[in-house]
Amino acid sequence: MNKIKKIYLWIIMIILYSPILVLIVFSFNSSKSTSWQEFTFKWYIQLFENPSIQSAFSYTLIVGFVSAIISTIIGLMAALTIIKLRGIKRRLIMALTYIPLLSPDIVIGISLMMLYSTLNIPFGLITLILSHITFNTPYVILSIMPRLMQLNPNVYEAALDLGATPVYAFKKIILPDILPGVLTGAFIAFTLSIDDFVVSFFNTASGVNTLSIQIYSMARRGVSPEINAISTLIFLTIVTILTVTNIRASRKAKLEGYFY
Amino acid sequence: MSKRKYLITPYALWSIIFVIVPLFLLIIYSFTTTKDGKTVLSLESYMKFFDPLYVEVLLRSFRLAFITTIVCLVTAYPLAMILSSKEFSNKTIILILIILPMWMNSLMRTYAWMILLENKGIINNILSFFGLPTKQFLYDEGAIIFGMIYNFFPFMVLPIYNSISKIDISLIEASHDLGANKFTTFRKVIFPLSLPGVITGLIMVFMPSLTTFMITRLLGGGQVILIGNMIEEQFTRTNNWGFGSALSMILMAIILMSIIFFSKNESLDSGGLI
Repeated sequence: MNKIKKIYLWIIMIILYSPILVLIVFSFNSSKSTSWQEFTFKWYIQLFENPSIQSAFSYTLIVGFVSAIISTIIGLMAALTIIKLRGIKRRLIMALTYIPLLSPDIVIGISLMMLYSTLNIPFGLITLILSHITFNTPYVILSIMPRLMQLNPNVYEAALDLGATPVYAFKKIILPDILPGVLTGAFIAFTLSIDDFVVSFFNTASGVNTLSIQIYSMARRGVSPEINAISTLIFLTIVTILTVTNIRASRKAKLEGYFY
Repeated sequence: MSKRKYLITPYALWSIIFVIVPLFLLIIYSFTTTKDGKTVLSLESYMKFFDPLYVEVLLRSFRLAFITTIVCLVTAYPLAMILSSKEFSNKTIILILIILPMWMNSLMRTYAWMILLENKGIINNILSFFGLPTKQFLYDEGAIIFGMIYNFFPFMVLPIYNSISKIDISLIEASHDLGANKFTTFRKVIFPLSLPGVITGLIMVFMPSLTTFMITRLLGGGQVILIGNMIEEQFTRTNNWGFGSALSMILMAIILMSIIFFSKNESLDSGGLI
């Protein structure tokens, strides 16, 4: 039985990783076709010399950071109030929060596109950031809420009774406890933003491309070693980030005495 | 305390402007049509949908999304069971390995299959190396289904894994003690308790497969049209917002109905969505 389980795991892993492996291998292939010629770095060099990829890279980071920061602020402020709401008001605001979560990307994309054209907002960086904040904020709220619910409200009240200003009490009592939730929310927002293709596709202008849009327009013309190279770089970045955060997390867990 | 209420104002305003108003625009536009450069109210966009051509597209989208969802469920469930069985020591690593491709851009995941499935791609190279006839894999429904399964598979594994690993082990032991064999225990205890995760997984796979236009475009090469591609076309090429909005409304209605259908007695919150 255990053997079958292991084989099944291996099959899944092979299917999950063979495309990625192929992608990485062929980013070092000097031929443009998928037959191996010789090892080369030339696609990586071309990548760094390609101005449209450079600008797509910067736009992706700008939109990611700005939208993550703004949606974290808006979401945190909202979550602090939602936790105090009861009854119909709370259900209404939660329903509002779930709308972007449950709508297909394509519907969010086109409806925002219609909004911007109706309001005569020119498409570009601004519309990208506005759209990303819109679909990020619900995730921020949902990652902060559980933390807030675990808080003991009496401690905050006690701080106020002892003469702390609301801002000071928030900084000293609430924020340290909910910080992990806030950071997770910001992190999710950032990754959602750099991962997004559909919403950005409808809400940008030509010349203002994110990496996703850039790859899409390149991939439509067929397989190219340049896309292989850029995908390899992104994949390695993700692996590095995840490894570092996981090593940190497991070290912290060990220090605190939790064993899984 | 009373001041804290105003903290929600930015979010409330934001949601009204960027969520509610766009939805209303969608509804309004879906009831309009453009005649001689003028936008007039009409039901034409909805009527147009009943053209057999478009009904066929919708049915095809449904079929592909359905196949994708079922294949994901059937393959992900055993994996989730394996992962939650306690004899695995390095299960964190395997979990990370399954999530890892999810962190890659969905475009890259789709594109990776283009390299493999291309006419002169790896799989055909391997086939011809062994003297087997090569085949055109790309640009048909099979390629699209494959791409969708690959893209959305982790969305099925994670929620199911979450709900199985939350099952109280003593329930399973009790079932064994009371004489149930493995299969009966699965049917009567494990499966019913994992249902919230299954439902979340079904929704999270079915919805993106029904609405994707990128996977269809890249792996189908414009040969296979799904409802997502039709909507995209109305907004980027033909500029027929009325028809595009009507299609989106129909899509939203279908998704809403399937969510209600899937989660009849289950609360979405308990499914480990977050």
